[in-house]
Amino acid sequence: MKLKYESQSVAKLYFMAAIGLFVGQIIFGVILGLQYVWGDFLFPAIPFNIARMVHTNLLIVWLLFGFMGAAYYLVPEESQRELYSVKLAKILFWIFLIAGAAIVASYLLIPYARLAELTGNKYFPTMGREFLEQPTIGKIGIVIVALGFLFNVGMTILSGRKTVINMILLTGLAGLAIFFLFAFYVPDNLVLDKFFWWFVVHLWVEGVWELILASLLAFVLIKVTGVDRELIEKWLYIIVAMALISGLIGTGHHFFYIGTPGYWLWLGSIFSALEPIPFFMLTLFAFNVVNKRRRDHPNKAATLWALGTAVMSFLGAGVWGFLHTLAPVNYYTHGTQITAAHGHMAFYGAYVMVVLTIISYAMPIMRGRKANPMRAQVVEMWSFWLMTVGMVFITLFLTAAGILQVYLQRLTDTPLPFIVVQEKIAVFYWLREAAGLVFLIGLIIYIISFFVKGEEIEG
Amino acid sequence: MKETFTKGMARNIYYGGSLFFFLAFIGLTVDTVNKLPKTDNREAITEVVAFGKSVWEKNNCVGCHTLLGEGAYFAPELGNVYTRFGESTEAIKAFIKSRPVNGIKGRRSMPQFNLTEEELEGLAQFLKYANGIDTHNWPPNIQG
Repeated sequence: MKLKYESQSVAKLYFMAAIGLFVGQIIFGVILGLQYVWGDFLFPAIPFNIARMVHTNLLIVWLLFGFMGAAYYLVPEESQRELYSVKLAKILFWIFLIAGAAIVASYLLIPYARLAELTGNKYFPTMGREFLEQPTIGKIGIVIVALGFLFNVGMTILSGRKTVINMILLTGLAGLAIFFLFAFYVPDNLVLDKFFWWFVVHLWVEGVWELILASLLAFVLIKVTGVDRELIEKWLYIIVAMALISGLIGTGHHFFYIGTPGYWLWLGSIFSALEPIPFFMLTLFAFNVVNKRRRDHPNKAATLWALGTAVMSFLGAGVWGFLHTLAPVNYYTHGTQITAAHGHMAFYGAYVMVVLTIISYAMPIMRGRKANPMRAQVVEMWSFWLMTVGMVFITLFLTAAGILQVYLQRLTDTPLPFIVVQEKIAVFYWLREAAGLVFLIGLIIYIISFFVKGEEIEG
Repeated sequence: MKETFTKGMARNIYYGGSLFFFLAFIGLTVDTVNKLPKTDNREAITEVVAFGKSVWEKNNCVGCHTLLGEGAYFAPELGNVYTRFGESTEAIKAFIKSRPVNGIKGRRSMPQFNLTEEELEGLAQFLKYANGIDTHNWPPNIQG
């Protein structure tokens, strides 16, 4: 099978980089998990804060590679024309890869404070905030890449066929770039700083990224099920509508205890309690559409990933988010392992899985076949289950650790100091580490699946 | 979905709903920024405190600690550390200064950051300022 548009193949570069960085992210995840129970592991060479920065920054960078690759694959096909500029896409790829690698390498090679000095952070301070630790020059690089990317994709869409899928994708991608600009606002006032920091973090993952997620999933579902576009687009509209209706003011669930006015306790609780709705609808949508399928696409693995995304994003973002989103509950759970549990499953279920969904669908086509040989698909499906079950158990063990932490440190009549509590709940950190290793094995098998040969599938 | 619910209706909910709630969010943002002086302890932000915040950021403290519940969950909450350390900035400084370079065998230990006296003072004053922010009585108790 050949690509409909030759320029789509630029996505392959992006997907390969994404997977490579994903491996790095998980290796550092395993290191961090070990540091939780073996406190001086790699100390002082790689302290926890550095390893964590590598873990989270690699996640963000590889997901961005995934989103960009997905857009380069999807947009020409939806717009029914070649990409505006393949050359630009390739140049931006190398800039982003080299910049991303340089940023992560600098975390590991140079003390962070020294990195701040070397990059002139004092003249334009933006470093040292969670997830936004990149040196200012790196952030500027990210903006340039994002703008070039948006220009390329935007020019393609605007001069081609405009579908609901590519318009919603474009809105999500534009929002991603716009809200990132708040990363440059770092006031001395800690409350203001925290308040607007969420304009990047929350409005990304519980806002515009949901538009990207839903549109990518809709695209793959159209392709693998052959269900009528009208129906899929109707679902897509209503899902992203609910995501924004609940998620915008839902930002308020971060404004409970950081020095912001009391009305956020109510607004944040009520609106974020609605946030599971779009994820639940996403699950209904995916299963509904797969049940109504008009064709049996030979790529079973892609369909599995698509259904998995719908279910796991509902569990991770929806259910585990709701668990601690009401202000009276969050009063006790705020900043504990409960948050970590939710963060892990939500990121995996929603964003990791949707990128793996589109890779699973598009990669075989870019390699000249409609679907991978069945043997390769079986290996890929094993990796799906190992990674997904691994993540479910990571989440369950962190939740158990979190419940105990909340009780021992905050709820009992004789609250214990943080570090004493950490030692008491260490068994759950060991179990989490074991689940993390299962995840890593799943990831290795995932990579192996790309090299498994077998009988070609007709298509 | 039923045929009576058309794509046009879905589209209108998307555009109308998003626009309405986006504008509402902007309105709430403006209101919050206006009301912050009552709760955010801004009168305590001196030059020393502002410098202390830059020390906090430059050393990526949030990579292990939480501050008002946000950050990493590897080390104690610091939004109330001033109270926890007996309202003593000297105690905070002494703790940071005394961290062993090679850590503590088998246990978590804060790195030795080799901060100057000025940086230590700034950081301690910054944490004292953070301690004074009105957080609706969070954290629930002194342990953070």
